[in-house]
Amino acid sequence: MDRLPRWADVVLVPLVSLLLAAIISALVILSIGEDPWAALKVMVEGSLMTGLGWGYTLYYTTSFIFTGLAVTLAFHAGLFNIGGEGQVQLGGLGVALACLYIPWPHWSLALVGATLGAAAFGAAWAAIPAWLQAKRGSHIVITTIMFNYIAASLLVYLLVDVLRPQGEQSPATARFPATTVLPRLNEVPGLNLIFTDKVLVNVTFFLALAMAVAVWALLWRTRLGYQIRAFGKSESAARYAGINPTWIIMVAMLMSGALAGMMSVNNTMGEAQKLLANSAAGAGFIGIAVALMGRNHPFGVVLAAFLFGFLFQGGAELGLWTKIPIEMRIVVQGLVILFTGALDMMVRMILIRLFAPFRRVKPGTA
Amino acid sequence: MANAEVEGRPGVAAPPDSPYAIELKGISKAFGPVQANRDINISVPKGTIHGIIGENGAGKSTLMSILYGFYRADSGEIFINGRLTAIPDSQSAIRAGIGMVFQHFKLVQNFTVLENVILGVEDGPMLRTSLAKARAELERLSRDYELDVDPDALIEDLSVGHQQRVEILKALYRQAEILILDEPTGVLTPAEADHLFRILKGLKEQGKTIVLITHKLREIMEATDNVSVMRRGTMVDTVKTAATSAEQLAELMVGRKVLLEVSKGPAHPGEVVLSVENLQVRDEHGVDRLKGVSFEIRAGEILGIAGVAGNGQSELLAVLGGMLEPGNRASGRVVLEGGQIALQGRGADGQSRRRAGIAHVPEDRQHFGLILDFTAWENVAFGYYNEPEYQKNALFMDNDALRDDTRRKMEKFDVRPPDCWLPAKSFSGGNQQKIVVAREIEQNPDLLLVGQPTRGVDIGAIEFIHKQIVALRDAGKAILLVSVELDEILSLSDRIAVMFDGRIMGFRDPEATNEAELGLLMAGIAGNGEAA
Amino acid sequence: MDYDTLLQLLASTVRLATPLILACIAGLYSERSGIFDIGLEAKMLVAAMCSGAVAYASGSAWVGLMAGIGGSMVFAAIHGVASITFRGNQLISGVALNFLASGITVLVAQSLFRQGGRTPPLSGDARFNPIDLPGADALQGVPILGPFYHEVVSGHSILVYAAFAVVVLTWWVLSRTRFGLRLRAVGENPAAVDTSGISVTGLRYAAVMITGVLCGLAGAYMATALQAGFGKEMTAGRGYIALAALIFAKWRPVAALWACLLFGFFQALALRPDVVEGVLHFKVPGPFLDALPYILTVLVLAGFVGKAIPPRAGGQPYVKER
Repeated sequence: MDRLPRWADVVLVPLVSLLLAAIISALVILSIGEDPWAALKVMVEGSLMTGLGWGYTLYYTTSFIFTGLAVTLAFHAGLFNIGGEGQVQLGGLGVALACLYIPWPHWSLALVGATLGAAAFGAAWAAIPAWLQAKRGSHIVITTIMFNYIAASLLVYLLVDVLRPQGEQSPATARFPATTVLPRLNEVPGLNLIFTDKVLVNVTFFLALAMAVAVWALLWRTRLGYQIRAFGKSESAARYAGINPTWIIMVAMLMSGALAGMMSVNNTMGEAQKLLANSAAGAGFIGIAVALMGRNHPFGVVLAAFLFGFLFQGGAELGLWTKIPIEMRIVVQGLVILFTGALDMMVRMILIRLFAPFRRVKPGTA
Repeated sequence: MANAEVEGRPGVAAPPDSPYAIELKGISKAFGPVQANRDINISVPKGTIHGIIGENGAGKSTLMSILYGFYRADSGEIFINGRLTAIPDSQSAIRAGIGMVFQHFKLVQNFTVLENVILGVEDGPMLRTSLAKARAELERLSRDYELDVDPDALIEDLSVGHQQRVEILKALYRQAEILILDEPTGVLTPAEADHLFRILKGLKEQGKTIVLITHKLREIMEATDNVSVMRRGTMVDTVKTAATSAEQLAELMVGRKVLLEVSKGPAHPGEVVLSVENLQVRDEHGVDRLKGVSFEIRAGEILGIAGVAGNGQSELLAVLGGMLEPGNRASGRVVLEGGQIALQGRGADGQSRRRAGIAHVPEDRQHFGLILDFTAWENVAFGYYNEPEYQKNALFMDNDALRDDTRRKMEKFDVRPPDCWLPAKSFSGGNQQKIVVAREIEQNPDLLLVGQPTRGVDIGAIEFIHKQIVALRDAGKAILLVSVELDEILSLSDRIAVMFDGRIMGFRDPEATNEAELGLLMAGIAGNGEAA
Repeated sequence: MDYDTLLQLLASTVRLATPLILACIAGLYSERSGIFDIGLEAKMLVAAMCSGAVAYASGSAWVGLMAGIGGSMVFAAIHGVASITFRGNQLISGVALNFLASGITVLVAQSLFRQGGRTPPLSGDARFNPIDLPGADALQGVPILGPFYHEVVSGHSILVYAAFAVVVLTWWVLSRTRFGLRLRAVGENPAAVDTSGISVTGLRYAAVMITGVLCGLAGAYMATALQAGFGKEMTAGRGYIALAALIFAKWRPVAALWACLLFGFFQALALRPDVVEGVLHFKVPGPFLDALPYILTVLVLAGFVGKAIPPRAGGQPYVKER
């Protein structure tokens, strides 16, 4: 079979996939009797035209960078971590325990503590499926799905029966102390010139960007990353090279779970200031779409996370200002995953057809 | 299909009485830029055994896959029994009376023999009648052709030889008049192979036409009536087997005189480098793969291990190379340079072996030796990513140093193209193997393990790789060479050990032995596991 | 716990197990043919919405059922195109379809009815109503068995009985028919099927479409029998429980029935915490019962309770080898 030029593979395939998803989304909007162009304008105005809108968009971007990186890292080890949803919720538990039971003198220390708590709990929740994959050969996709549901049940139990303050109705923890409140970007010197209103995005955004760089450096600049990628490409060859499969599966999944868990710093500590039920709210799954769209490269993940941040905020605006329900954004997510992930080959085949005439002119350059 | 071609079994009009079972005219097939078959013409007379011989990648299997409807030819015509026949899919091939025994069997492992035989040719939608009919038919076939297998056995419980018989039974049950066998003896012991050839002769006597695809000259000479030689996608010649010789066929296959002899001086063995005593390996099913193997290799010596594939050579390499599959258990005593090495658990992995001074060119470079998606430079660090020379500091690798090292190795081993950024999958088989050999030899090991060093490698690269192995020996290193190619073993080794059924049947001096004697040892007929 | 309470629990088990059974057997066809399907949830949800909407509009549960099956089959076809024709990643396709179904069902229901993403409540012939089996009243006096027959066996909608029939039919198809033989073969070794001259693609599409039909039944049951109308996310993870049951049953039809009944029993128990506490004399958290099917499945996957070996060719697109 013919192959595409590398630039087309890296840039064009995701863009065409995105375009196809956009076309189908527009058709969906048309079919429910609304105007796709007007919808797009509402989305752009609500998410990118005001400081407030940017605040929301970047807040969601932050969350999706974490879960996208989580999927990416595991993917390079040949593992499909579909359990981000559960790992985020457990990470939230880590954040809540760190914020509620340790008296932090300053938000910066609280940030470090809560990040460690989130990472530890997220990693711990990924550890069991990882161990079962490494030692018992249990398919990690299925076990992580199961662990999403087990996590949800565990959190409901903890929030209803254990952590809920007396007299409260809704299943949630108590509010975190004031010393754990993270600065929003409008409170950061320098950035307050750009963000004049109170915005949602907080300093966790920089943590997310730092993690993207860290994951990149880990995968392509360290021995551990080299071993993870080699193992992900060929388990048999990894055995020949002396790469310990158990170690790689465990370490990759623990880091993946930790990254997913760290998302909770953004929403639980940075926004809600208490742990709520279903705190992941689908972000774990969106991480899959982000990783696919970002071609499993940390920098691609950042861009894709921003795209989904825009979709998420824009979708909320749709729900507010138009008759299009907020669920439209879930439809778009589904379409993006479908075209970038599952129908990848179809997009490639279309492009190969389109490229074919140019190739015949210069035979032998293939 | 509304054209002049007839799909499947002829019979619409009276078939012209042709002396040929198969005629292919002008068959061409390309996979992207690779021309696998170019203008192939061949005629196979009815009731004969016709050999098709050629090197790996010569296009034999592609041609037969076209005949079996697995691929469609880009151009050309197929005549079956004198009739122009279109074979767009396997169903049409079966209807045309063609049966195929693939190199890798197409059997459902957890089905019984009977279920496998009826799959696709059931009588009606209910299984019961089909199974009863097949049982009776199978009994008749096994009587007629020495093809006995238990119809109720599960495939996964059968030996490889028996599984192959099931494949033949499948074809016969589908009333195949033409039987194609693709490299049928690769996985068989010599005794099983002989049995297979007896079966094939019996089938021929019943009027069946048999096409035997192989790269083994001995089988062609023994079993066929006519032989066609393929080279790089083209049909070079078709001759009567009785009127040719192995040497002539070999020449046709490779296109020039084969250099079977490797120019090497006498060995000067030194101290013992590796000593193996009573080495045993038991796999996860409890089957003993190595049943007490003992030998020594000295510095400056090549010990060649001959044997039919699957007699424990792979396990021997795996246990010495530290890549035994999980679930396998090894025991015995292996001493390298005076120190005993671990066979199990900690210290028995590939990294420990490399630290101990063992380098390993694995049997299957695509599965083990290389990460095909990695660039050449990333592959040069494969297994050696912990080497201090490749580290920038405690945290990061020095990729620049690694790339410089790769360029040096690629130049020294004449890897083409010498582009260290190219992924391994973009290199030809020979150049891939050169990357692996360069990586392993340049680590300057005390002991080099080499498995099938020239499998799927072009002639030019074979010579080069052989020279490098001999040069390493002359530098005073110990080398363990495993190959199923007797020529390679005979021309490279300083000493030969023959393995059969997990044991060493005997040691021979390559100067004082011959293929016939080694063949008997490989078949487990002679020898008795004598000591080194 | 008295006998009446037990019968109530069992009757509730049967009702709650029915969608699980249908979805589980649906998944069985797809997975035995070598196509993993984690999108059972999606197909059920779409079927529930379609059947709820059409049953309301037509006033007929049967027309609603047909619409539900149709909607589910569209999603099955997308999964087939992605994973068979274009050899895409079957797991990712399933994830995508789950998203798509979750969003599009609400979108369509909202644009049709403007009731917050629900379909209007169904009544009368727009629902599948309970059927009294012959003699259910007459035999009620027979000790033990009479009430059991009356409460547990009789008095369910036709789809409940259809679910049990589907299990028996599936067992028969898989073990006794040509189609079953080929289906099992294509999930184990598609090359064997291909070289026998049977279309791997055709068989797999057939299996995937059967999955669509059965998921359609499951979803329609949710909206037109178990409940009266479609509601947002009404399947509530049942597609995943069915998947868990399929693994728990090691991809075998009769075992799948028992697994679904067991998981349905847990669901019935979760609705009656008073009974659980009465029997065990301590409080079992409701969420624990919710999580129990998943925990049990993980134990099976881990090989602590037998070993679950999926069909050998499962999850891998079929590409002809050279």
